[in-house]
Formats: sequence, structure tokens, C-alpha cells
Amino acid sequence: MPKLPAILTLITSLVLGVGGVWIAYNVDMLPEGASLNAPVYDELYRVLFIIGSILFIGMTALVIYSLIQFRRRPDETGDGIDLEGNISLEIFWTAVPAIVVLFVGLYSYDIYDRMGGMQPLMHDHNSQMESQSERVWGGIGSGPIDTSSVKNSSSLPIELTAMQFAFIFHYPKGDIISGELHVPIGRQISLKMESKDVIHAFWVPQFRLKQDVIPGQPTILNFTPTKAGNFPIICAELCGPYHGGMRSNVIVDEQEDFDAWLRENSKETI
Amino acid sequence: MTLSLKPSNSPPDKLQPTGWLKYLSFSLDHKVIGLQYLVCGFLFYLIGGSLAGAIRVELTSPLSDFMPREVYNQVLTLHGTIMIFLWIVPVVNGAFGNYLIPFYVGARDMAFPRLNAVAFWLIPPSGLMLITSYFINGAAQSGWTAYPPLSITTPAAGQIIWILSVLLLGGSSIFGGINFIATILKLRRPGLKLMQLPMYCWAMLGTSILVVLSTPVLAGTLILLSFDIVAHTGFFNPSIGGNVIVYQHLFWFYSHPAVYIMVLPAFGLVSEILPIHSRKPLFGYTTMVFSIMGIVVLGLVVWAHHMFTSGTPPWMRLFFTIATAFIAVPTGIKFFNWVATLWGGKISLNSAMLFSCGFIINFVLGGITGVALAQVPFDVHVHDTYFVVAHFHYIVYGGSVFVIFSSIYHWFPKFTGKMLNENLGRFHFTLTFIGFNLCFAPQHWLGLNGMPRRVAEYDPQFQLINQISSFGALLMALSTLPFLWNVIQSIIKGVEAGDNPWEALTPEWLTTSPPPVENWEGEAPLVLEPYGYGAKDINKTPEQRK
Repeated sequence: MPKLPAILTLITSLVLGVGGVWIAYNVDMLPEGASLNAPVYDELYRVLFIIGSILFIGMTALVIYSLIQFRRRPDETGDGIDLEGNISLEIFWTAVPAIVVLFVGLYSYDIYDRMGGMQPLMHDHNSQMESQSERVWGGIGSGPIDTSSVKNSSSLPIELTAMQFAFIFHYPKGDIISGELHVPIGRQISLKMESKDVIHAFWVPQFRLKQDVIPGQPTILNFTPTKAGNFPIICAELCGPYHGGMRSNVIVDEQEDFDAWLRENSKETI
Repeated sequence: MTLSLKPSNSPPDKLQPTGWLKYLSFSLDHKVIGLQYLVCGFLFYLIGGSLAGAIRVELTSPLSDFMPREVYNQVLTLHGTIMIFLWIVPVVNGAFGNYLIPFYVGARDMAFPRLNAVAFWLIPPSGLMLITSYFINGAAQSGWTAYPPLSITTPAAGQIIWILSVLLLGGSSIFGGINFIATILKLRRPGLKLMQLPMYCWAMLGTSILVVLSTPVLAGTLILLSFDIVAHTGFFNPSIGGNVIVYQHLFWFYSHPAVYIMVLPAFGLVSEILPIHSRKPLFGYTTMVFSIMGIVVLGLVVWAHHMFTSGTPPWMRLFFTIATAFIAVPTGIKFFNWVATLWGGKISLNSAMLFSCGFIINFVLGGITGVALAQVPFDVHVHDTYFVVAHFHYIVYGGSVFVIFSSIYHWFPKFTGKMLNENLGRFHFTLTFIGFNLCFAPQHWLGLNGMPRRVAEYDPQFQLINQISSFGALLMALSTLPFLWNVIQSIIKGVEAGDNPWEALTPEWLTTSPPPVENWEGEAPLVLEPYGYGAKDINKTPEQRK
């Protein structure tokens, strides 16, 4: 293989690297973030986007360059160079992807941990609701995330029952049943989910969270909203003919507004 | 079994029809069976493609207004099932495998010719059965994944026909896999070592190991599912104590390796095409072999990355993240080796090369999004969204289907003795490449921003991007026309190709085009260096190089 001049290699790598970072910071492909783990998610997304852009542009450029540089000219006959392999090159492009993949794996483990994925489930509210034999699986964010920034550290339990083709929320406190999810800003929500019929999934793109809602197997999803607003809840598991229409809203309110909503709808005095 | 070096002297079988009728017969000739797979697969591709067109038409508007919702779910189920089980798997394995493997190992046919014919003839009836289920009582509507309890609660007739059809296709696949393993390991011409085989043999050996290990698991799972539907057992039915997650584990134990069953043979085919048109040896033969086997081993232990949001325990999520991400290493080696194969060559940028290089670019993007999807925290946002739809179409269309077209341009002269028209081929590539990227690249954005997959209606803010995507799909549909015209035209009055138009060294080119029934008139050639291109040997003929 003809040797590339070192300076050219360096410049190409620099251009690719800077280009990758520029693309990752300037091409915004994500919706706004509205939960505590959204910024953590976006950080991971950015790193993956940088690595991906460098790799993709680099490989594409290499293929196109080869096709142009080594094209058969009209007057040419015969074969290309007699090159069957190169051990040091092979070691190089085995080692580099291995290191990159290892880095990405460890980094995403760290992100996963920061999102609360590795922490044991908190059973403060739920342990009374279910027998010990029942298996409860946590979605990501099943533990508390960085509680220092959370105003109210005790989590608010809400039950979600999914059915074809609706989400029904039940607030144990006040015994409220609602088709929309009302939550206060800055407080951890502990959503205990179970399906009545087929598998559904609870997805709020602005929270960067998704967890299947499974019949016969309760799942728990914890999250902390950080931004007031109205965000879509989307069913993300094919659940029947009206799957596309199975949507609801999560309304994130200031604490006072949420308390007012709770008082208004409560069946019992709080 | 035909291990003899010399052609058999037995008179031609009177029962075997000749002429074009042999393609409709229970022929035992591996070349006829290969072409049967190819043409049959392509017909199903046209059906599956029409279904995709119907999906894209529905999605040009945010409302469910083109077809009834139940029909939409049937269409997406049929689209997935047809494209996987009746087009890509049979063509990259059955079609090219049957045609090429006996040549590559120096045999006169496959190890078990009758089993081979049975494997092919299972496909048309099961495919027809699957499609006609739509007209009987409605086809299955629970997606190609058929997750219970949805698959248990939707109308039973369609679902049961779907199960039966997939079982037959799985059986066909297992027969094929056993046949390829036996042929590659046992029918090699004396004097030919495993490490001298063309790369496609290794790809098919690896793929067949995956087929034989994982397809029976799918068969068992679907049989249990059919019990749940017909006999009201409770394996997967939660209302009587069944477990829906167990189904997902069993299903993906086959269906993730199925991805490698679709792409590994494509990797093998590209490894044959690139050296010939670059006039260079395949770069890094040994590492290519080891990376294929590495992908086979890793491919068997990554299935749960499809279930990160299903309620899997944290430790399991972590293991499958790491295992999945590591597939990028052997896959990366292959891609770097292909680029190194191009490097320093004398490249003829014909249609076959265009599609192969298009494959490299598309697949790199699909691989990158694949590594991203393997990361649990990333996946919980985009799982089951259009981001995933984009990712796997970059793998199976941008990857496997591009390679199928590349292979058709490359081997058409061998199949028919005629050349395909180059200009039409380049037009076909341009239209396909632009249409494909226009269709699927924007879907990454759709998924990240909140559009789930398998929906007939969506948030109106996504309409414009969906229309762009549908326009891309239209270009893809149109790109089939120059291809079909080219094939028909070339069969009737194409330019004579001669025996070896590419001056290739692999054994299928060292015979007439199309080849005789037993592949070579005389003794099977012993090709010890299938990739012996290169300037050093420029003056030697293939015979001298041996």
C-alpha cells in the first residue's frame, strides 16, 4: 500500500475530528429536554454523534477517493498492485475500533448509572402495594437521580393502567383517575405501570424515557420533570389497529398549580 | 454425492426437463435451483415492495385515511415477513449459495440435491399461502415479530397461517443450511484446503451454522404460540399465567442471528466482487475469515438488545450492550479490508461495483446507528421508533439488497451468457441510491423527535419529513423499471458475454457461460489462489498460476 504523507494524514484527521464535533453541536436532531435525565441523555447522544460523524464521513471519503484515484483509465490494461494484506494495518484497524467501542461502552455505562439505571428499586411506596412474590422490573431511571437539585425528594407514586387504546392514570393520594398525567416540576414521579390486555409502551420523547407496559408484570419508571409544559405520551409498542392513535399528554405544572389540580379533582379531602 | 473429478458418464436423466421448462420443474441441478430461488425471491420482492409503497402512501398524511387501520397492520406485517423470509434470506443464501458454492468447492452439485430441491419448493407454496391469507380472513396483524398477547388476541386465522408459513420457510432454511455445511466441508475437490476457498464459502459456512443453531428455536417458539392460539394453552398468555417476555427472548434468539443470516452472505458476495473489478487480491483473507466467525459467535449472544425497554434486569442490559457493541470490531475489520482492496487497484466502476460501493457507504451508516442503539440509555429513547426503522433498512436494504443487485450485475453474464446494459445499470444505481437515502435518512430525525414505528397516523408536525421519505420510496419503486427492462432486454438480445467477461480467477468463470449441467466439461479446475490478481503475475494465465 503506498504510504500516505504523515502531514496529510494529520490534516485529514484534524479536519474530520473538528468537522465531527461541529456537526454534533450544530445539527440539532433532538426535541427539547424536560426531565432530569434529558441533559444526561443529550450528552451521550452528542458523543455518539461526534464519533459517528467522523467514522461515516471518513469512510465515505475514503471510498470515493479510492474510486476516483484508482479508477481504470481508458488506455490502461492489467492488474492493480499485488497486495494481499498488511499485518500492522490489520492490527491497527482491529485495535482502534475495539478501543472506541470499549470507550463508548464504558461511557454509556456511566450515563446509565447517572440516569439511575444501576440502582436498586426504591420500594418506599410500592412495597405496600404488591406482594413480595410479584416481580417488578424498573425501567431506566428507577433510582433517584442527583437528588440535590430536586426540591422535594420523596417521590410521588402514580399508577398507570394501559389498555387498548388508552392510558389511565390513578393517583393513590386523593384517589384521582385521569386520562392525562399531571405532575409537578422538580419532584420525582414513580410510575407503576401495568397493562390490562396487550403490551403497550409509555414514551415521552421530551423526557428521553420509554418503558414497556406489560400485562401480568408490573414495571416501574421513575423520572423527574424539570420544565413546565404539555408533552405527548406516546404508545411505542404495536398494540392493535388504533396503536397510532394511542396518545395522551403529560402536563407538567408548578407545584402550586399541581396542588390546586389535585385539590379540585380529589375525591377525598387531603 | 458427486466427489468425482471427471464428469459422470451416465446418460442425462430422462425425467429432467430441458429448456426453460426446467426452471418450473423439480430440478436437481444446483444452478437451476439457484436461479429458481433468485427469480422467485424477486417476484416476492415486487410484492413486498408494493406493500411498502402502500405504507408510504398512507404516511403522506398524518391521518389514517388511505386504508382501514386493520389492513394497515396486515400490510406492515406482510411487508416485513415477505422481505425477510421470502426475498433477502432465500436470495442471499439460497440463490447465490446454490449457484456458487458447488463451483467454489470444485463439486458438480450440492451434497444433497433432492433436499436442495425440496428446500426451494417449500418457498412458493408458503409464500402464496401467506399472501392469500389476506383474502381469506385477513392476514396476521401483529407485526413480523408476532409478540403475544397481541398475536393471541388478533383474528386467529391469519395468525395461524402466518405461523405455518414461517415454519415452512424456516424448514426450507434449515435444509439449505445443512446442505451448505455438508457441501463446503465434505465435497471439496481433493487438494483444496479450507483456507483456499473463496470468501463467500466462509460466509455461507458461518451463516449456515447460525441457521442450523437458531432457526429451530424460532420453530419451537412459533409452535408454542400456535398452541396458545388454537388450544388455549398458556405459554405466553398472561391472562392464564403465561409470560410474554419469554416469547421475546425465544423469538430474538433466532431473529437477531437472522440479521446476520441476511448480511453475512452479502459480505461474502462483496468480497468476491470487489477484487475482480479492482484487479487486486482480497485484502487480509485470514482476518476476513476470523471476523466472519467472530460475528457468528457474537451474533448468538446479543439478542436481548431488542428488549431494553421490555423489562430486563440491569445486569442483562449491560451484558448485551457490551456484546452488541463488540460486533462492530469484526465488522469494522471487514470494511477496512474492503477499502484496502480498492486501494491501489485498477477499478472498473461498473454497475456491480457501484452497488457494492453503495453498500459499503450505506452499511457504515447502519452500523454506526447500530452501535448507538446498542447503548441502553440511548436505546430507551429511540427504541420502537422510526430511528430503528431507518437503522435496519440501512442494514438490510442499503446492505443486503444493494449487494443482491451488485451480484446480479456481476453474475448475470454467467447465468445467461449475455451482458447487462451498463448505462441502464448505472441509471438503476443512481435512482436506487438517491431514492433509498431520501427515503430512510430523514427517518432518523422522525424517530428522535417522537414518531413511533408501525403507526398509520402521526403528529402533523412530521408530515413534511414523511412526504420526503415517501418521495424517496417512489424513486426506489421507479428504479425497479430500468432494472427489469434491462434484464428482459438483455436476455432477448444482450451482447454475448463469452465465458469470462471479467477475466476472473474464481472457478465459476473457468467454464462456459451458462455452465453445463455438471459444471465443467472436463476435470474440475483446482483454484488455489482465487484472488491471485496483481501486477506481479500480469503475464501468467490462470492455468500457469496454479
